[in-house]
Amino acid sequence: MLWKTADYAGWGRALRATGEIARPERRRALDDILKDGLVPAVGMRRSYGDAALNDGGRVIDMTRLDRMLAFDPATGVLEVEAGARVGEIAAAFGPKGWLPAVMPGTGLATVGGCIGQDVHGKNHHHAGSFCQHVAGLTLITAEGSVEVTPEGTPGLFRATAGGLGQTGVIAKARLKLLPAKGDVMVVTERRVEDWDEHIARLDASEATYTVGWIDATATGAVLGRGILEEGETGSGLMPKRVRNRRVPIDAPHFALAGPIVRAFNNAYYRRVPASGRTVVRPIGDFFFPLDKIHDWNRLYGKRGFHQFQCVVPLEAAPALRDMLDTIATSGLASPLAVLKRMGQGRAGFLSFPMEGYTLAVDFPNRAEARELIRRLEDRAADAGGRLYFAKDSLAQGTAIRSMYPELPDWQEAVAKADPGTALATDLVRRLNLRSTR
Amino acid sequence: MNSTWIILGATSSMARAFARAVAAEGAGVLLAGRDAEELAALAADCRLRGARMAEAVTFDARDARTFGPIVERAEAEEGTINAAVFVGSMPEQAAIDTDPALIDGVVADSFTGPARFLQVLAPVLEARGQGTVVGVGSVAGDRGRLGNYVYGAAKAGFATYLSGLRNRLTRAGGHVVTVKPGFVDTAMTWGLPGLFLVAPPEAVAADILKAVRKGRNVIYTPFFWRYIMLIIRHIPEPVFKKMKI
Repeated sequence: MLWKTADYAGWGRALRATGEIARPERRRALDDILKDGLVPAVGMRRSYGDAALNDGGRVIDMTRLDRMLAFDPATGVLEVEAGARVGEIAAAFGPKGWLPAVMPGTGLATVGGCIGQDVHGKNHHHAGSFCQHVAGLTLITAEGSVEVTPEGTPGLFRATAGGLGQTGVIAKARLKLLPAKGDVMVVTERRVEDWDEHIARLDASEATYTVGWIDATATGAVLGRGILEEGETGSGLMPKRVRNRRVPIDAPHFALAGPIVRAFNNAYYRRVPASGRTVVRPIGDFFFPLDKIHDWNRLYGKRGFHQFQCVVPLEAAPALRDMLDTIATSGLASPLAVLKRMGQGRAGFLSFPMEGYTLAVDFPNRAEARELIRRLEDRAADAGGRLYFAKDSLAQGTAIRSMYPELPDWQEAVAKADPGTALATDLVRRLNLRSTR
Repeated sequence: MNSTWIILGATSSMARAFARAVAAEGAGVLLAGRDAEELAALAADCRLRGARMAEAVTFDARDARTFGPIVERAEAEEGTINAAVFVGSMPEQAAIDTDPALIDGVVADSFTGPARFLQVLAPVLEARGQGTVVGVGSVAGDRGRLGNYVYGAAKAGFATYLSGLRNRLTRAGGHVVTVKPGFVDTAMTWGLPGLFLVAPPEAVAADILKAVRKGRNVIYTPFFWRYIMLIIRHIPEPVFKKMKI
């Protein structure tokens, strides 16, 4: 059967949709589907909210169009189908001394999804965003297949990079890979005792890859404590392989209750010796730590979870500290909380990054948490920051408009590429992104 | 690993997963099928994943003229030559009921075509004194059911053929693995109602590769289908004939 009716969800499982899904396994099958009109394309649905949902409508699951098509070792450019997963590219090319220039926190994200969200990684402060390393892409629009490049079609490229799939279906992309020393990571981990030290260490870090894990349950004098991870690629040392695990069932909702999270975070913090340590890890373990646990989103139970992620400008760091204080005293946070310094790099009108600090925290899907996230969103806006479409599931359209000043440019390009709004998704409708009012 | 895999029906998702698995180990792959464009894309993918050699070759189960050139191409490679057969077709039983001529195609795709190909290949494996043939059948071949008994009959015929081929090649140092997958998440099963415990093609490919390494004779994949089919095979015919499963 071409179309399967299914109930499906974003990664957070708090937002769901019902509709028809086609999953072409041949390129020609994709072209045949799109002959009758555009349909939004989705990948592994690792966006937390509703970016990959189209309730009551159709979507195309691109995950079986996932072949690597050509690689030029002289330029490092890899041509790949949009359904290919970033982690698979890293696994195939790491041993040859190449890596995707930007890798998000999960290797299961598809190339198409990484472009649609213009994702960033632990090297954003040096390398910029994913689409800054896209040499070109093949986009199927209402007018047929077009080649989109940053130089040749800058407007359409900037509307497609981070463009939430609204300019067309991305069929293929040409990615500029980065040379890597090898396929292991040499990682230095050290404890940071409070917020000020965390910010100072992030500012001072000279490592290629830097990220801070935050204990979002620590309050008072130890607010903002955590572990700073700095990584470089390396070679020659083979770390031992770790078995993948799976969360077999939806966990009961008390699995991530306050006392459990506090105990876990405390142990996680103390796992790294006070003097710090340097360890060798497989590439995947460093970049995609949670991919080892399949379906980890089930730890939040049937009701699912939300992730709050914002970025604020450098000078708004005190405002971010206050937000973390609110989170920590609420007792609602989960162990998954990350602080990072971002550079200026962004490739599209709706790209998330700005130079500053980004904070990401998961919350179980409960009324108090939703209420808290709404307050945090207001404060991010007041601080001149913005929310991330890959994570957001609760924001409203009015707030988004001030965060994304280039929205009108995006709307103009998108209206041209998909005049019938056939590509609109639940996220686009919720935030009213394609309406000029 | 100085080996070459001929993969018949290479554009199916199970075959693709298997081709990638052997490519990642550095084997050469001859990707055989009808859709040249798809085969070329898969060949490029296999090369980038580490295949020593990856080429698209034309194979049509219903056209025996396509068989010889594939075997000749494989013979040009040194080392072990292996073959994995993923071809087969399953029109709806209702379509066959209205057009009995469809039976010929099902039998050619799922049984006689691949059997004839393997008959051409067998002497090469015997001459080299090594090589493994993987024949992908189906649990549908274990018992004729109302829903797909023509497809099941063709797969049963193929399974019996593989059993005989195993008997033959074993004497010459070769081996045959019969694979009986249950429900696999492919374009063929996408959206079909009533499926349960559907396995991803990558898991099936990993099972097959493990069976090849261990020299297993007949495997069910995922493994629990062995027990499901054990029960189904033992339902007495007077009861089975009235069942709708």
